[in-house]
Amino acid sequence: MSFPLVAEGLSKHFTLHLQGGVHIPVLRDVTLRVARGECVALAGPSGAGKSTLMRCLYGNYSTGSGRILVTHAGGSIDLALADARALRAVRRETMGYVSQFLRVIPRVSAAEIVAEPMIAGGRSREAAETRAIALLHRLNLPATLHGLPPATFSGGEQQRVNLARGFGPDYPVLLLDEPTASLDAANRAVVVSLITEAKARGAAIVGIFHDTEVRDQVADRLFDVTPIQDAA
Amino acid sequence: MSLPLLSARDLDLRFGRVVALDRVAVDIWPGEVVAIVGESGSGKTSLLRVLSGLMLPDSGRVLYDGQDVLGMGEAGRRRLMRTDWGFVHQNPRDGLRMAVSAGGNIGERLMATGARHYGNIRGAAADWLARVEIDPARMDDPPRNFSGGMQQRLQIARTLVTHPRLVFMDEPTGGLDVSVQAKLLDLIRRLVADLGLAVMIVTHDIAAARLLAHRVLVMREGVVVEEGITDRVLDDPQHPYTQLLVASVLAA
Amino acid sequence: MHEPGYNFAYLDESTKRMIRRAILKAVAIPGHQVPFGAREMPLPYGWGTGGIQVTAAVIGPTDVLKVIDQGADDTTNAVSIRRFFARTAGVATTERTADATIIQTRHRIPERPLTEDQILVYQVPIPEPLSRLEPRIAETRRLHSMADYGLMHVKLYEDITKHGHIATAYAYPVIVQSRYLMCPSPIPAFDNPKMHMMPALQLFGAGREKRIYAVPPWTEVRSLDFDDHPFRPIRAPHACALCGSTESYLDEVITDDQGGRMYVCSDTDYCNERQALAGGAT
Repeated sequence: MSFPLVAEGLSKHFTLHLQGGVHIPVLRDVTLRVARGECVALAGPSGAGKSTLMRCLYGNYSTGSGRILVTHAGGSIDLALADARALRAVRRETMGYVSQFLRVIPRVSAAEIVAEPMIAGGRSREAAETRAIALLHRLNLPATLHGLPPATFSGGEQQRVNLARGFGPDYPVLLLDEPTASLDAANRAVVVSLITEAKARGAAIVGIFHDTEVRDQVADRLFDVTPIQDAA
Repeated sequence: MSLPLLSARDLDLRFGRVVALDRVAVDIWPGEVVAIVGESGSGKTSLLRVLSGLMLPDSGRVLYDGQDVLGMGEAGRRRLMRTDWGFVHQNPRDGLRMAVSAGGNIGERLMATGARHYGNIRGAAADWLARVEIDPARMDDPPRNFSGGMQQRLQIARTLVTHPRLVFMDEPTGGLDVSVQAKLLDLIRRLVADLGLAVMIVTHDIAAARLLAHRVLVMREGVVVEEGITDRVLDDPQHPYTQLLVASVLAA
Repeated sequence: MHEPGYNFAYLDESTKRMIRRAILKAVAIPGHQVPFGAREMPLPYGWGTGGIQVTAAVIGPTDVLKVIDQGADDTTNAVSIRRFFARTAGVATTERTADATIIQTRHRIPERPLTEDQILVYQVPIPEPLSRLEPRIAETRRLHSMADYGLMHVKLYEDITKHGHIATAYAYPVIVQSRYLMCPSPIPAFDNPKMHMMPALQLFGAGREKRIYAVPPWTEVRSLDFDDHPFRPIRAPHACALCGSTESYLDEVITDDQGGRMYVCSDTDYCNERQALAGGAT
C-alpha cells in the first residue's frame, strides 16, 4: 500500500457545554494522503487547527465525519470507526505520536519511559533498554539523567525524552507536533537526521514545524490547514 | 477476534427510588485496564459490586469466560474470587485480616488453593512483600501496625499472589496521602503490565484513571454517559458531564 | 430387663427415630454437623447429654456397653452413665474394650484397635472446629458449605510462625474425606491417627449445642498439617509405671507432696489387660 495514512473528508468541531453549548468548528472536509517515505508539513497560522488535525489522526480527538485510513496488520483500518482496542493496537504497532508535552509519571525513569512503547510493541526488555539508552545518547541527554524520572528536567530535556520515546519503535506512521521546540541547534540536527532515517525506511510522516529551517530540511511538501471562517 | 473476559449487559439496579444502575453494559478484555469514573452516587461502586458478584442486580447478565456469574450460585462466585479474581477494597481493613501476620495474610490464598508446604508459602510471601515494596523482615508483623499505604500494598500482594486474571479495585488510593498514592499507582501500573492483569478500577480520581486505564467509562446517576479510550475521553470529552468532570480537575 | 416406668433407653420412640434420622444424615455426609432436636436429659449440659442421646438411639437389648471418661471406666461420670443404661435399657455392661459393642467415651479413644462390629460414641462439648476463630454460627455454616477454611489454615500458619510448631494439643482439627473440617472432640492429638480408616463407626453427639456428626467405618481422616511440619502424635516420653507400655497415652499422677509423680496408662482397660498378660506369663 503506497499511502500508509489517508484522511478523507475529515471534519472536527467542539461543543462546549460548559459555555452554554457554543459550537466551534475547527476542521472541515480535510483530505490528506501521506505516502511511504514522505514527510508532510502542516502549515497555517496559529489556531488554524494543525494540532487538532494531528490529534484527530491519532485518535486522541474524535471526528465529526470523515475517514482516517491506516495501513495496519496487513490491511487497512478506519480509525474513525475503530473501537478502543483496535485503536490501541494501531498505536502499539503502527502509529507513533510525539506531542509537545511529555507526560511525566512519578517514579518512572527517562530510560523506562523511552523503552516502554518498544516493549509493548514486542521487543525484549533488554533490546528495548539498549536502544532507549542509545537514542537518549544520540539526543545528547547525559547518562546521569537516564535513570531519573523526568519531572525535574528542563523543557528541552523533557522534549528529548519524548522524541526518543517516539522514534524508538520504528513506526510506519509518525505524527510529530513541534518536534524541535526547546532544542538547541545541535539537537535540532539530530532530530532532522532521525526524521530523515525514518523516511528512508518508508515511514509516512506528518509534522508541525514552527522552525522553517528544520521544516525545509525534512518536509517533502506542505499541507495548508486554513482556519474556518466563521459566519459571524 | 478474542472474546471479552468479562461481559455485562442490561444491568439494572434500584434502591427504592434511587437508580443505581440503568441498563449498564460493559466489557473487559484480558490484560485491559478499565476505569469507571464518576462522583458519589454515580453508581460506579454498585457496578463494581455487581460485576464481581458481591451484589445481585435487579436484572441483567454478567458472563465471565462464558460462565454465567449471576446464575452460578454463591459457592461458584466465592471460588472465582479465591482463584481467578481479586478484589482490592478501598479500606484495607476490609481486605485484610488485621490480627494475622503479613505473611499469613498473603499465604492464606495460597493455602486455600492447596499449598501445603510452610517453607514455600513463606518464601512466596517474602517475594510478594518485596514486590510491593514492603520489607520482607516485616512478614511476621500484623498489618495493624502498618501505615495506610503499606496496608494497601499488602492487600494488593494478598490479592495477586494466586495470579488472578481479573482484579476489581474500589478506589484503591482513597484516603491515602498524595505521595503514597503516587507510589501505589506506580506499583499497580507495573504489576498490571508485568502480570498481564485485567483490572476494573473504580475511582473518582481522573488523574489516576489517566495513568492506569486503557479505557474509561464515565457514570452519572446510574448511566454510562460516555466511554472510550482514556486519552480521548479526557482530552476530547463529548458529554456535558464528562466536560464538567474534566474541567473540575485541579492541576498542580 | 430394664426398670419399669422407663421406655427402653429412657428416650421415647419418636425421639429415637428423630435422632436416628440425624445419625443417618451425618453418616451420609462424613464430618458435617447435623442439627438435632436434643432433649432435656436427667443430667445437666456438660455431662455427656449428647453422647447419651446418641447411645440411647442406637443401643439394643443385646448390646454390651462400655463407658469411659478420660480413658477410665471407674470415674464418677463413667460409672453414672453406665448405670443409667443398665437401669433404663437393661443392657449388659463391661469394662473390657474387647467385649463391648458400643463404647461411649469422653475425651479419649481406646488404645485397643476397634472392629467393624463396634460403635464408638464421642461426647462433644463444642462441635464447631472454627468456633475460636469465628464466633458467628451463621458464618461458620457458610464457611463449611463453601469449604472455605482459610481461617484455620491461617491459624496453623501463625502457630508455626510464633511457636515453631502447631500449638494444639487436643481437639486437633481434622479434614474428613478431604471435604469437611471437623472437631474430633477434646481427645488428645495423640489419638487422632486412630480415627483414620477406623473399622468401627464413629458417632459424635453434642447435647448443649444440639449437633450430631459422624465418621463412617473406613473413612479418611487427616489431621491438618504442612508438608514440612507434619503432624506428629505426642505422648509423654515415659513407660507406664503399672504395665510398662511405651506406646499408650499416659496420665501423670502426683503421688506425694514432694512432687513425686508417676505415669500410668490413661486407658485403664488396656493397662489391666497388659498387666494380666504379664502376670499370666510368670
